Amino acid sequence: MEPFTYRRASSTEDALATHGSATRGAKFLGGGTNLVDLMRLGVETPSELVDVSRLECSIDAGEDGGLRIGAGVRNSELAADRRVRSRYPALAQALLAGASGQLRNLATTGGNLLQRTRCPYFQDVTKPCNKREPGSGCPAREGEHRNLAIVGHSEHCVATHPSDMAVALAAFDAVVHTSRRAIPLVDFHRLPEDEPWRDTVLEPDELIVAVEVPPLAVAARSTYRKVRERASFAFALVSVAAAYDGNDIRIAFGGLAHKPWRAFAAEEAIRSGASFRDAAEAELEQAKPLRDNAYKVELAARTLVRALEELS
Amino acid sequence: MSVAPTRVVGTPADRLEGRDKVQGEATYAYEYEVEHVAYATPVVSTIAKGRIRSIDSSAALAADGVIAVLTWENAPKLPKAEGELAILQSPQVSYRGQIVGAVVAESYEAARHAELLVRFEYDVEEHDVELRADHPTLYKPGKVNPEFPTDTEEGDVERALEEAAHAIDETYTTPTEHNNAMEPHATIAIWDGPSLTLYDSNQGAHAHRETFAKTFDMPPEQVRVIARHVGGGFGSKGTPRPHAVLAALAARHVERPVKLAVTRQQMFTLTGYRTPTIQRLRLGCDERGMLTAIAHDVVEQTSTVDEFAEQTAVVTRMLYASPNRRTTHRLARLDVPTPSWMRAPGECPGMYALESAMDELAIAAGIDPIELRIRNDPEIDPESGNRFSTRNLVACLREGADRFGWKPGSRRNGRTLAGLGVAASTYPARRRPSQAHARRNGDGTFTMRVGAVDIGTGARTVLAQIAADELAVELDRIHIEIGDSAFGSAPVAGGSAGASSWGTAVVRACRLLRAGDEDEVHVDTSDSADAEEPLAKHGFGAIFVEAHVDVDTAEVRVARALGVFGVGRILNPKTARSQLIGGMTMGIGMALMEETRVDGRLGAFVDQDLAMYHVPVNADVLDVDATWIDEDDPHINPMGAKGIGEIGIVGTAAAVANAVHDATGVRVRDLPITPDKLVGRI
Amino acid sequence: MAELQPIALTVNGEHHSLVVDTRTSLLDLLREHLGLTGSKKGCDHGQCGACTVLLDGRRANACLALAVAHDGADVVTVEGLDHPLQDAFVERDAFQCGYCTPGQLCSAVGMLDEAERWDERLDADYVRDRMSGNICRCGAYPNIVAAIEDVA
Ligand SMILES: Cc1cc2nc3c(=O)[nH]c(=O)nc-3n(C[C@H](O)[C@H](O)[C@H](O)COP(=O)(O)OP(=O)(O)OC[C@H]3O[C@@H](n4cnc5c(N)ncnc54)[C@H](O)[C@@H]3O)c2cc1C
Ligand code: SF4
Ligand code: FES
Ligand code: FES
Repeated sequence: MEPFTYRRASSTEDALATHGSATRGAKFLGGGTNLVDLMRLGVETPSELVDVSRLECSIDAGEDGGLRIGAGVRNSELAADRRVRSRYPALAQALLAGASGQLRNLATTGGNLLQRTRCPYFQDVTKPCNKREPGSGCPAREGEHRNLAIVGHSEHCVATHPSDMAVALAAFDAVVHTSRRAIPLVDFHRLPEDEPWRDTVLEPDELIVAVEVPPLAVAARSTYRKVRERASFAFALVSVAAAYDGNDIRIAFGGLAHKPWRAFAAEEAIRSGASFRDAAEAELEQAKPLRDNAYKVELAARTLVRALEELS
Repeated sequence: MSVAPTRVVGTPADRLEGRDKVQGEATYAYEYEVEHVAYATPVVSTIAKGRIRSIDSSAALAADGVIAVLTWENAPKLPKAEGELAILQSPQVSYRGQIVGAVVAESYEAARHAELLVRFEYDVEEHDVELRADHPTLYKPGKVNPEFPTDTEEGDVERALEEAAHAIDETYTTPTEHNNAMEPHATIAIWDGPSLTLYDSNQGAHAHRETFAKTFDMPPEQVRVIARHVGGGFGSKGTPRPHAVLAALAARHVERPVKLAVTRQQMFTLTGYRTPTIQRLRLGCDERGMLTAIAHDVVEQTSTVDEFAEQTAVVTRMLYASPNRRTTHRLARLDVPTPSWMRAPGECPGMYALESAMDELAIAAGIDPIELRIRNDPEIDPESGNRFSTRNLVACLREGADRFGWKPGSRRNGRTLAGLGVAASTYPARRRPSQAHARRNGDGTFTMRVGAVDIGTGARTVLAQIAADELAVELDRIHIEIGDSAFGSAPVAGGSAGASSWGTAVVRACRLLRAGDEDEVHVDTSDSADAEEPLAKHGFGAIFVEAHVDVDTAEVRVARALGVFGVGRILNPKTARSQLIGGMTMGIGMALMEETRVDGRLGAFVDQDLAMYHVPVNADVLDVDATWIDEDDPHINPMGAKGIGEIGIVGTAAAVANAVHDATGVRVRDLPITPDKLVGRI
Repeated sequence: MAELQPIALTVNGEHHSLVVDTRTSLLDLLREHLGLTGSKKGCDHGQCGACTVLLDGRRANACLALAVAHDGADVVTVEGLDHPLQDAFVERDAFQCGYCTPGQLCSAVGMLDEAERWDERLDADYVRDRMSGNICRCGAYPNIVAAIEDVA
């Protein structure tokens, strides 16, 4: 790990005050469960850490009846919140399906959104990777990509976004509030295109302040289904956040793309009366699986159908 | 030898070091307080094959807190070092992740930082790290581990297969698997003049002392290895690993004590792994299910540094009778780290294939898989012709079928398919020479000293139980000291032979103490270890599994698993059950999730931590239990015991795979059985 | 140059003030600086749970917690635990090598508190899932669950 200075921010303004002046760049620190991990691997090398984990730690009722979740709210607290459990059950389930009990106690809402891919090449600085070292190549394309993207990838990167929480938030039309602007969650994460090193549209000196989940009646009838290689404490192969009350519908996939994948096409198909299977296929038509991950197309379709059947 | 009646042996005594472990007071290798200690960290190669052209240590040396950088250019020479232990002796790179340097620093943080600052330039050569059934370098090793013939052939297998009423011919593969003990390998090395003391996380203090003495060309008496508590090994700590040599080299170089812990990532290339295997199984039987042919042909890998020939098909030589039999092993020499010992080497991958094939044959022949195994249970060891000391496979199968409620056939419950699977398990029962020391303390207590290591097996506890019985005192009268090469020589905790070997020495020492007036005695069983009757000595067991498969997501869960074992006298039912369940749990991991993927282009392991290499977590283990049948085997040791450390894992993967097939009708022949292999096929 | 910073924290009821490298994890602070080696390092990346301690009352991975980020914290490690679960672990043989044990114990104590605070049903499935951040390669899981159920 490179040496760095550490500072605990007392407010949003304070957090932004010196941010950006550091030689190897500054980073905001949440729970550190991803950033410290990557710093120890040599993937991240900030020379300044600004601790924002103690700012914005409450979950408040939004003006219109939604929820405003402070960026510093820990994943475990958010999952346990009664309003979240009853009004957005898929969000609580997604959080509880992620990481482990002790990690969730550290992990923050802001940090969770910004956690980086679990592509194995990205995490090993002795291997090439366009996301970590622009221009070095993407060994995953020809190499090991069984758990990587089937939609929205580019020749430069086929990584997936690992967050479970973000999938549920994408389904629920959440909005990310930063120190500068409000960004719909579905536009917050990027596709890799020819800049795979940019995971999101956030600028380096832009701070996430809160995530707002709007009031959404259908969200009360929602579920999160995560398929993984062991029963707990594993990243998703495929996951689905779905809300359906026979009328309104929201669907997002995890594990398929560089971002939480809001399934607008599938939602549209269901609204116009298609079967669950046909709706899944309408969405997955655009899939371009790689050599070893075609199974995800079928897995995603079946997982979606199953989730919707359970909600029906 | 006769098996003596017991009082303390056979009771479920709590682990003697239990309190220490739950209070955080058990000290593991890295945790000894040593004055003026420096921190070392390995620097590893980033190519799979080639030569180091140049090294630039200047940035690392200039970094804050760095004391020294070792590379082959300045490291002390070790002319006697062999194989993977000959680190920093030449510019040659033979696998990716090989130790090519070390940073020694005042703090752990400084060492880890500077590790990334040492620059190497390589002349890169083309590498090959991928095992294939038709690999051009395949060769026949002179023997397979430890001393078995490479191939065997009896009768005419081809003809028997042609004439068989039912036959199967299938290929099964197992991937690279890593032991992943929870305690990463760690060493503190302290030189005092010509003497070397090592606090080291290993499975055998004496074996390590011998290898260290040889590597550093010094008399064994000048090396002391201490391993009082060891956080698991599963074979990977049975032989000295290169990092421990590095710690000692670094300590000599900087003339200070040095501590070094391998990172979890480095463990993947520095601390051994189980070779991937490609196994072709051909079985034939007659109308009644009597085997007429067994052929087991194995392809696996070794490195260019050393030969490691896993004895994968050896178990097939003794498990079932058949007039026509053949086993072969072929190795590919690849640019990889040398494979090494992992729990039940040979038996574990071999039995996955054999017991999957038996299941397939049972289905082909329309015979219940338990019945097929019972019909082919041999009277004598088919390979050697020797009698079995005890062989209770059939009893285990019957008892297990009864307890488990053996009723195979797919059942559907909502969106879940359930099925049952069974497989046999077996592991050799051995005893090796060992020494032990017993002292009468005069206050009614006794002190036993054995060079044993307790890697979690409960060795400390069962050895004390054995001593208590022999000395006719309560367990709390026995002080037991282990884990130190300063004690009499003792074999490694491995091959399920620990308790058998050390326990025999304890029995002898106690008997000698009781018989004489001396207050202190020392025994050595090496005189008697070889003089044994020619008997085939093995433990046996049967594993039963109920698998649940989600028809949509293809996730497999083991809802129930039961192992029934015939493993001689159980010395401590509490710790024995733990070991058997632990082995079965690792078998569930092998069946469903464990795999280290390889990138052929980069010559590298892709998975290299516990988030990528999945081992079972708590939620994966539902109803897993182990039990045993009454068995006393007087032919192995005076306790009547056989080993139990490995047999739990052996048949489990096959039982899971067979249960998945029973549930879904899909046979996955390449482990692990992950959702990608099943989805859409159910 | 290493960046040094003063911190103060309470560990097992004892107050400590010291100057640390900003890179030092809470785990290394405990193990290398305070001589509290009960907390274990199994992966250093949040993947095994061996380092789990109670950090301001909540279970947390000490390996991913920077010591400087927890200036002022109240930490309880296995050495500071005094809980019936420890006896239950011995009685149920809820470990073999013992390396995961300190983390299992701190994690379980934290989990029991969470279940109460969040009003959750503490059945075996819950325990298994919520204890899945603590890997036991020796495979003591059924005994760990039994020990937890004994005291729950
Ligand atoms: C072993 C393991 C398993 C895991 N399994 C899962 C899983 O199954 N599912 C899942 O979803 N996640 C999983 N995670 C990831 C975990 O959820 C994330 O690490 C965590 O949510 C990150 O939150 P944090 O507060 O610790 O972020 P940090 O590590 O502190 O920060 C992450 C990033 O966010 C930035 N950042 C933090 N806060 C802000 C802010 N307010 N504004 C701007 N930038 C900010 C940081 O600079 C950094 O770049 C796992 C992690 C580990 C270690
Ligand atoms: S998929 Fe993306 S993250 Fe993975 S190696 Fe390719 S560029 Fe890097
Ligand atoms: S050491 Fe912290 S989780 Fe493994
Ligand atoms: S007791 Fe060994 S890892 Fe859990």
